[in-house]
Amino acid sequence: MIYDALIAPFTEFEFMRRALAAVIALALGGAPIGVFLMLRRMSLVGDAMAHAILPGAAIGFLLSGLNLFAMTAGGLIAGFTVAILAGVVARTTELKEDASLATFYLASLALGVTIVSVKGTNIDLLHVLFGNILAMDDPTLLVIAFNATITLVVLAVIYRPLVIESVDPVFLRTVSRAGAPAHLAFLALVVVNLVNGFQALGTLLAVGLMILPAGIARFWSRDITGMICIAVVSAMVSGYAGLVLSFQTRVPSGPAIILVATLLYVGSVLFGNVRGVIRQMFPGRHLEA
Amino acid sequence: MAAQLQFRDVTLGYDRHPAVHHLDGEVAPGALLAVVGPNGAGKSTLFRGLVGILKPLAGTILTGGLDVRDIAYLPQTVDIDRSFPISVFDFVGTGLWRRVGFFGGMGKDARGRIAQALAAVGLSGFENRTIGTLSGGQMQRMLFARVLLQDARLIVLDEPFNAIDSKTSADLLTLIQRWHAEKRTVLAALHDMDFVRAHFPEALLLARGQVAWGLTAEVLTAANLLEARRMCEAFDDSAAACAVEDAPSQAA
Repeated sequence: MIYDALIAPFTEFEFMRRALAAVIALALGGAPIGVFLMLRRMSLVGDAMAHAILPGAAIGFLLSGLNLFAMTAGGLIAGFTVAILAGVVARTTELKEDASLATFYLASLALGVTIVSVKGTNIDLLHVLFGNILAMDDPTLLVIAFNATITLVVLAVIYRPLVIESVDPVFLRTVSRAGAPAHLAFLALVVVNLVNGFQALGTLLAVGLMILPAGIARFWSRDITGMICIAVVSAMVSGYAGLVLSFQTRVPSGPAIILVATLLYVGSVLFGNVRGVIRQMFPGRHLEA
Repeated sequence: MAAQLQFRDVTLGYDRHPAVHHLDGEVAPGALLAVVGPNGAGKSTLFRGLVGILKPLAGTILTGGLDVRDIAYLPQTVDIDRSFPISVFDFVGTGLWRRVGFFGGMGKDARGRIAQALAAVGLSGFENRTIGTLSGGQMQRMLFARVLLQDARLIVLDEPFNAIDSKTSADLLTLIQRWHAEKRTVLAALHDMDFVRAHFPEALLLARGQVAWGLTAEVLTAANLLEARRMCEAFDDSAAACAVEDAPSQAA
């Protein structure tokens, strides 16, 4: 019975196995990025970037139909352009990162909507907006795995300057010039993982598998290594449970994954041992020292 | 002996408005120099120029061939994100950047150094606390521990004793004196004149420009201090371009 509900879908259907592989790869790459987005107070930057990707993906789609490589390349170009322009403007002028990103992503979004409406709408565009994790073919899976690998390698390279830049940027500026390149590399990783996610979850929900696990992790760990591990695990659990949920019910897979992650998040807010709500309401007697 | 620091007609400022105007002078290696002056005198600006965060509007600052990593800088308004989940041990460990860089491992030797630095500032036992749980004085002790690990030839401290109680000040002063004994060059911006007279052999009295520079007793006279207070005036939005002949800028 439990076997039928939880494991049989994956042993019986190849598309479910592929979906599971995809979501595990997405969790490995995206969740650590989400943790850094959260700690650098850039959680909504991920969302903004997801919108910024749209025109690139739309151009790719219009040029070559539902070709994931074309859409991915377009999305990467649009995302990199916006991320780098926003980063450069924020670092050379008075404008803060959030403000400069907002202008660029809105421009990008407007451009995307314009492209779509000029060329006429298409039902398939729903695929871009909401993704389809149940239709993973070999090349798509390879692209996702490749991007996740790149993410982890680059993150390992920039990890130290990224952490120091997050906690004490002035110090990093006085000992090294690695701050700005590390930041730009990080923004690039955000884009790579968003594009990665939108093949499975769509442009609108891709950021969910990055940010929600990071939020969950904040309630269970006080140090960054622990947070990253918890974020990855909770992203994988959400992916697996979401797939099962969508298999057994009529809930579409992408939203199912994000809804499961949301449930975990709500549970963590309530019961988390690092400043969870229940913990704060019933803190126990104060300590001696 | 060649100077450790040379200021050659240095003008530092923001949006073309000078905050430090036409500063000339030298600091000998191993000097212990207090930089004093009223609020807005340009002390922090001078230090920001010195450590390379701010480019001079004109003139040059020579650091006697020191690499940026040979300069340890303790800023005044610390832009530290105290909610970031990093332990005191790891944070202080960033002071070893010069030694370990991007990838270098933190071996037994490095861990020993960090433990020693924490002990030197009286923070033993705080290793696993996150930095957000420290008080203001403990935070300052931690920053001193990091400076200690940076093992720098030139140490620049911007108002290190602001809002710090006398016990902590005394402890941290011991560290400064140790650095001085080790022939490191130490610059500190300070406000407490009695403290400067008691512990700093040399002083620079700054008020946008240099008022006096030399032995502390000769610099901190009543007449000089009055002069400094008079010189510190606000930016003038309609100020004309400075007419003093500028040396060609070699801003690095």
